[in-house]
Amino acid sequence: MLDLLSYGDGGWGDEILRGAGMTILVAVTSFLLGIALGSLGAAGKLARGRLARGAADAYTTIVRGVPALLIIWLLFFGGSGAVTWVAQLFGFSGRVEVDAFAVGVLAVGTVSGAYSAEVLRGAVLAVPPGQMEAAKALGMSPFLAFRRVLVPQTLRYALPGLGNVWQLTLKDTSLISVASLAELMRMSHLASGATRQPFFFFAVAALLYLLMTVGSNAAFRRAEAHANRGVRRAA
Amino acid sequence: MNLDLVIDSLPALMGGLGKTLQLVVLSLLAGFALAIGVAMMRLSSVRPVALAAEGYTFFFRSTPLLVQIFLIYYGMGQFETIRESMLWPVLREPYWCAIIALTLNSAAYTGEIIRGGIQAVPFGQVEAAKACGMSTAQTYRRIVLPQAFRLALPAYGNEIILMVQASALASTITIMELTGAARAIASRTFQPVEVFVIAGAIYLALNFLISRGVRVAELRLNPARR
Repeated sequence: MLDLLSYGDGGWGDEILRGAGMTILVAVTSFLLGIALGSLGAAGKLARGRLARGAADAYTTIVRGVPALLIIWLLFFGGSGAVTWVAQLFGFSGRVEVDAFAVGVLAVGTVSGAYSAEVLRGAVLAVPPGQMEAAKALGMSPFLAFRRVLVPQTLRYALPGLGNVWQLTLKDTSLISVASLAELMRMSHLASGATRQPFFFFAVAALLYLLMTVGSNAAFRRAEAHANRGVRRAA
Repeated sequence: MNLDLVIDSLPALMGGLGKTLQLVVLSLLAGFALAIGVAMMRLSSVRPVALAAEGYTFFFRSTPLLVQIFLIYYGMGQFETIRESMLWPVLREPYWCAIIALTLNSAAYTGEIIRGGIQAVPFGQVEAAKACGMSTAQTYRRIVLPQAFRLALPAYGNEIILMVQASALASTITIMELTGAARAIASRTFQPVEVFVIAGAIYLALNFLISRGVRVAELRLNPARR
C-alpha cells in the first residue's frame, strides 16, 4: 500500500507533496491578500464617511453570506470573461485563459479578507482610546502614532482571531481544486482516479491537512505568547 | 443585466434552492442529535470516552469539508465489503453521501456549541435538581439541556448559516443544489455573472431569514421577555 506513496514514476509521493506545497503557497498568499483587504475593510468600517462604511459593510456581509465555492465560480467564469474583454480593448483577439493560481488566490483572499476585516475592526476598537490620545499629546504625527501605537497593539488583540481566519483560509484552498489548480486536493483526486484507491489518497490528504493545521496552530500560539510578553493578566 | 436570462433561469435556481434546503434541514437535524451525544461524551469523566469525542471533533474541524465528502463518496466504494453490504444502496447515492458528510461535520461544530451551553448552566441548578431527588438522566433532560440549548442558540444560529454555505460543496459530487444549478446554467448560457449574482442574492436572502428566525426564537425562549 505504502509504495503508492513512493517517489518518482512508480508512486504518487512526490506529486502529493508538491500538491501540499502548492496548498501552503496558495493559503499563505491568500491569507496575506486577505489581511490587506481586511485592513481596508476594517478602516472602512471605522471611517466616519458614510460611503466608506457602507462599502465595507456590504463587502463583509455579502462575502460572508455567500458560499466560497460560488465566489470561486464567479471569479473563474467571470474573470476569464473580464480578462478577454480587456485584452480585446488592447487589440488581442480570441479567448484568454486566466491563471488558476491568480484567480484562486483572488477568490480565497476575498473570502479571507471579509473575515479578517471583522477581526481587525474588533482589535482596533480594543485598543484603549487613551493610547492614541497619549501619542497625540507626545506630538506624534497621525501616521507615526498609527505605526508605533495602533498597529502593534491591534496585532496583539487580533492574533487569536487571525489564527481562526488562517485555519478557515487553509481549508478553503481545497475548493480551488474544482478549477484544476494542482494543489493537494486536486493531486489526491488524480492519484485516486489513476490507482483506484480513493480512500487511501483522500485519507493521506486529510492527514496532511491535519498536520498543517496542528503546525500552524502551534505557530500561532507561539506568536500569541510572544505578542503578549510583558502583559499582566488578571488571572 | 440580461433580464430574459434572469427569468429563464429562476425555475432551475429555485429547484436548486429546494435541494439546498433539503440538504441543510436533514443534516442539521441529524447533526444536532449526534451533537448532543458528542457534547455529553466530551464532558464525560471516563477518559477514553472524552478522548474519542475530542478526536472526532478535532478531525472534522481541522480538515476541509471537501476531503470529508470525497472520503465518503469516492472512498467508501473502494472496499469490497462495503460494496456488498446493505449500506451500499445508500453510500452509492451522492445525495446520501453529502448528507452523511454534512451531518458528521455539523455534529463536530454543534457538539462544541452545546458543550459550551452545558458548561454555562450554573452548577446550583444541578445541585437543586439533586436535592429534589432527580436522577442524572432526569437532571439532564429537565434542567441542564433545556437551559444549555437556550444559551447555545446565538452560536447555533451561526452554525445554521455556515451549513447553508457548506451545502454548496454537495455540487462537487453532482448534486444540483443552488450552487450546482447556477454553475450548470452559467456554463450553458455563457452569462456567468448574472446567474452567480442571482444565486448569491438568494443565499443572502436565505441567511437574512435565518438570522431573523433565530432572533425571534431567542426572544421567545427568554423567560424574562416571554
